[in-house]
Amino acid sequence: MHSRHVKLFHSWLYRWLAASLLSVFASYPVLSMAADWNIDQLMQSLSQTKLGHAKFTEKKYIAMLDRPVESSGELLYSAPDHLEKRTVKPRPETMVVDGNQMTIERGSQRRTVQLQEYPELAGFIDSIRGTLAGDRKALERSFKLNLEGGPEHWTLTLFPLDAKLARNVHLIRITGSHDNIRTMEIIEPDGDHSVMSIERMSAQ
Amino acid sequence: MKSRARWVAIAGWLLGVAVCCVIISRTVFTADLSAFLPQSPTKEQQVLLDQLRDGMISRLILIGIEGGDASTRAALSKQIASELRADPAFVTVNNGEAVNTERDQAYLFNNRYLLSSAVTPERFTVSGLHDAISDTIDLLASPAGMMIKPLLPRDPTGEIVHLIEQMNGDTRPQMYDGAWTSRDGLRAILLAQTKATGADTNGQQKAMARIQDAFSSATKKIGPSAASAKLIMTGPGVFSVRSRDTIEHEATKFSLIGTAIIISLLLLVYRSITALALGLLPVISGALVGVTAVSLGFGVVHGITLGFGTTLIGEAVDYSIYLFVQSRQANTSEGKASSNWDADFWPTIRLGVLTSIVGFASLLVSSFPGLAQLGLYSIAGLTAAAAVTRFVLPHLLPVNFRIRDVSAIGLRLAVAARHAPKLRWPIIILSLAAFAIVALHRTTLWNSELSSLSPVSQQDQMTDARLRADMGAPDVRYLIVISGESRDAVLQSAEKVGVQLQKLVSQGTLATFESPARYLPSIATQRARQANLPGDDLEQRLVKATQGLPVRASVFSPFLSDIAASKHRSLLQRSDLDNTSLALAVDSLLFQRGTQWTAMLPLTAPSSEKLSQGIAVEPIRAALAASGQTNALFVDLKAESDHLYSGYLKQAIWLSLAGLGGIVILLAFSLRSATNTVRVLLPLVAAVICIVAALVLCGQRLTILHLIGLLLIVAVGSNYALFFSSRNADEIGVSPQTLTSLVFANLTTVAGFGLLGFSHVPVLNAIGTTVGPGAVLALVFSAIFSRQIAPQSMREK
Repeated sequence: MHSRHVKLFHSWLYRWLAASLLSVFASYPVLSMAADWNIDQLMQSLSQTKLGHAKFTEKKYIAMLDRPVESSGELLYSAPDHLEKRTVKPRPETMVVDGNQMTIERGSQRRTVQLQEYPELAGFIDSIRGTLAGDRKALERSFKLNLEGGPEHWTLTLFPLDAKLARNVHLIRITGSHDNIRTMEIIEPDGDHSVMSIERMSAQ
Repeated sequence: MKSRARWVAIAGWLLGVAVCCVIISRTVFTADLSAFLPQSPTKEQQVLLDQLRDGMISRLILIGIEGGDASTRAALSKQIASELRADPAFVTVNNGEAVNTERDQAYLFNNRYLLSSAVTPERFTVSGLHDAISDTIDLLASPAGMMIKPLLPRDPTGEIVHLIEQMNGDTRPQMYDGAWTSRDGLRAILLAQTKATGADTNGQQKAMARIQDAFSSATKKIGPSAASAKLIMTGPGVFSVRSRDTIEHEATKFSLIGTAIIISLLLLVYRSITALALGLLPVISGALVGVTAVSLGFGVVHGITLGFGTTLIGEAVDYSIYLFVQSRQANTSEGKASSNWDADFWPTIRLGVLTSIVGFASLLVSSFPGLAQLGLYSIAGLTAAAAVTRFVLPHLLPVNFRIRDVSAIGLRLAVAARHAPKLRWPIIILSLAAFAIVALHRTTLWNSELSSLSPVSQQDQMTDARLRADMGAPDVRYLIVISGESRDAVLQSAEKVGVQLQKLVSQGTLATFESPARYLPSIATQRARQANLPGDDLEQRLVKATQGLPVRASVFSPFLSDIAASKHRSLLQRSDLDNTSLALAVDSLLFQRGTQWTAMLPLTAPSSEKLSQGIAVEPIRAALAASGQTNALFVDLKAESDHLYSGYLKQAIWLSLAGLGGIVILLAFSLRSATNTVRVLLPLVAAVICIVAALVLCGQRLTILHLIGLLLIVAVGSNYALFFSSRNADEIGVSPQTLTSLVFANLTTVAGFGLLGFSHVPVLNAIGTTVGPGAVLALVFSAIFSRQIAPQSMREK
C-alpha cells in the first residue's frame, strides 16, 4: 500500500546517498605510505583499517542560497561493512549502513531500505568498498581514477563511469596526507557542491 | 387392515421422498465461510464479516514465483503483471514496478496545499514562513537535503516532505531487477486485487485461472530459462476456492469409498441384493430428510454439513442391520413375521434413537450456524432412518425374507462376549488413567483459534504466512470503522479521528495509520485550507520572512504562483485520483454499502517484532472518545474472530454437557433404574474419556468438531450399551444374533466415520479420528460392562 510514497522518497534517496556514503568511507585513516606512491599503494594502505572514528564538518554550496549550509557530527566505520553517519547539527540525523541494509532516522521517522534494490547505487557502494578493501578492480568498474600529489598531500579523484551515477555526481575528490583523509568534495553536475572536512579521532 | 396400513405407509414414504427431492433440487449449497459466521453478529463482528465477504483484504491474491534464477523470476513477474493489468478482472496488480509512481507524485505535489494538514493560518504568517523555510534549509544540510533541493523554489515550506512523512512506508518488499522479491531472494512476489469479492468464489476461481494462464504464457514467452519456474498463489479468495474444491472432493471421495465398503460388508453378510437394496432405503431416506430439513431451516446447506452427512450413513444403516439380523432371530424362534422384532428389539433401538436426538438437540440452539446445521441434519436424518426402518421397511420385505444365517459368527462372538466382563477392572483403571491424562492437559485441551477449523491445509497456511511476510504484510488487524450518511460526512469524521490518532503516532503508541482523508480531504477541510492560504500580500511576507536566512525572496516566485493557483482552484474530487494508485487506497478505505458510507482507518502497531503482542487498546479507545465521533468503532479483527470461535467452543461445550444431561435424564426415565442407567452410561463415558486421552497423547488439540465426534460416540454407542443392558440381555444374555448385528453395525459405522480420519479437511478429520475408534471402544466397553450372565441361564441356552 505504501510503495507509491516510498518510490517518491527513494527516487530522491539515491541522489544523496552516494554523497553521504563516500563521506563515511573517507573518515578513516590511511596507513603510512611506501616510497613508490601510486594508487595500488593507497589501496593497500586503506585496506588495513578495521575501525575508524572521526568528526566531520560539511558545507554545502547551493546556488539558490547566499551562503553554504553547514552540518557537523561524527562518522564511524567498522570492517567489513558497517558504516554510520551521525549528524548532530543543525538537526540530529543518523544514517547506518550495515551490509546491504541502510537505515535512516530523523526525528520520529525511520526508514530501512535494501541497497540491492538500487543496482546503480549498489555498484557505487561496492566500488567504494572495493577501494577500502584495496580492490582496485572493483573500484575501476564504476569510476575512472586519478591520483595526484605525493604522500604528503595527495588527491584522489573519482569520475563516475555509469551514466545513472553521473546524473547525480560529476566527480568526487578526496584529499589526504599520509594515512589521513582530510577532505572529501562532491561536485554535482549543476555546479552545486559540498565539502566535508574530516578530523580523525581514533583508528585501529 | 394390515394391507391398507402397508399401502398407507409405503405411499406416505414415497410422497415424503418426492417432496424431499423437490426441495433439495431447489436448495443452495455453499462452501464459503458462512458456516462459521454468526447469524446475528455484534457491530464489531459485522465489520469482521464484511471484511471477510467483500473487504479489500478479501480481494487480495498474493502471487509467488519460485524456481529458476532471480532475473528470470523478475522477468516473469513483469510479464504476468503487464498481462493481468490489462484484464478487467483485476483492479490492480502490483509487483513494485513504477507504474503509477509519476502520476501519484504529481497528484501529491500539485495538490499539496489542499492535502497537507500543516496548512494552517499560522503557517503563512511572517514568523510561520520564517520557521518553515528555516527548517527546509536545515533539511538541505542533511543527506536527505539532496532530495528536496530541486523543489525548494516551489515548496519552501516543505509541504511535500510533511505529506510523505505522514505516509510512512517502512513495510515494503525488496526489489530485484525492478520487481518485488522475497527477503530471502528465492521468490518473486506480486499482489493482485480482484474485482470479484472474496465471497464470490466463482469470480475468485476465474481470477486464479487468469493468473495461471498469464503465468503459462509468460513462461512460454521467456523460454527455457523459465521452465523450472513454479507459480504459487494465496489469499482469502484463493483459500475459499481451494476449500470448496477440497470439501467437494473429499466429501465425494469419502462418501463413495464409505458407501462401497458398507455395501461390500452388507453383501458379505446378507448375500442378497434385495436385502442390500432394502437395507439402504432407511439410509437414503435419512440423508434426503436431513438435507431437506437443513435446507428448510437455514435456507442454505453448507458443504461441511453434506460431508458430515455422508458419514451418517454409517449410523443410519445400523437400523436395518438390526432389523434384518435380529428379526431373523425372532423368525427362527417364533416362525412368525417381524412382529416380535417390534416388541423385543424396537424399544431398545427407539431408546437409542431418542438418546441420539437428545444429544444432538442441544446443538440446535448453537449460535454457530455450522453446528446448528449438523444438529438438525443428524436429528432429522436419524429420525427418518429409524422411522423408515420401523414403519416402512417391514412392509417392503418379501414374504419369507430372510438373510443368510449368521449364527455361526454370532456364537463365536458370544464366547468372546462371555469373557469380556473379566476385563472390567483393567478398563476401569485404564479409564481412570485416561481421565488423569485429560485432567493434566485440561488447560491446553482445546484449540481456541478459528483457524483450527479452516479447511485450508497446513501447507497452504504456511505458504500464506510466508508470502505475507515477504510482502511486508498488509495484514490488516486493527481497524477504526466510521459509518455515516455521505462520503463527506465520513471523511469529516475520519479527519477528526485522524487528529487524535496522529497524537498517538507522535507518542509512539501507533507506528502509523491509514486514512482516506489523507488522499481526499473533506470539502470543509479543503475549503478551510484554501482559506488559510495567504493572499496578495504573500510576497511582502516572504521578504520579511527571509530576513536573516541565506536565501532571497525572489527565489520563491514559483511558490507565489502555486499558492495563488491553489487558493482559487476547484476542490479535489474522487475523480481527480483516477489513474493513480492512490485511487485504490481511497476506494478500499472509503466505500458505500446500501445508503451507508463507510471509512476505514487501518492502524499499524509500533514495530513489526511486537506485532504478535498486539497494540495498546486503551489509548485508542480514549482517542476515539476524545474525537467525539460516536459513529467510529475500533475493531481488532483477529481478536474478534478468535473471540467468536472461542465463544462457539465454550457454548458448544456447555451444550454438549446439557445434551449429556438430557441423555442421563432420558435413560433414567426410560430404564427406571439407576443401576441400569449407570450400566449404559459407564461404557460410553469410558470410551469418550479414552478417546480424548488418546487424542491428547497424539498431540491433538481439540476443536469444536472433536466435540461433535464425542457426541456421536455417545449417540452411536448408546445403541450398543442399551442392547447389552436391555431386559432381554438380563435374562438370557445378549443373543448371538444380536451380537452379530451389533458388530456389523459397528463395522459400518467405523467404515463410514473412520475413513474421514484420512481426510485433509480438519473438520472431517476431527470427526473421523474421534468417532472411528470411539465407536469400537463403545462396543467393546459395552460388552465388558454388560451384566455377567448367571451360569445356569447359560447352561439352559
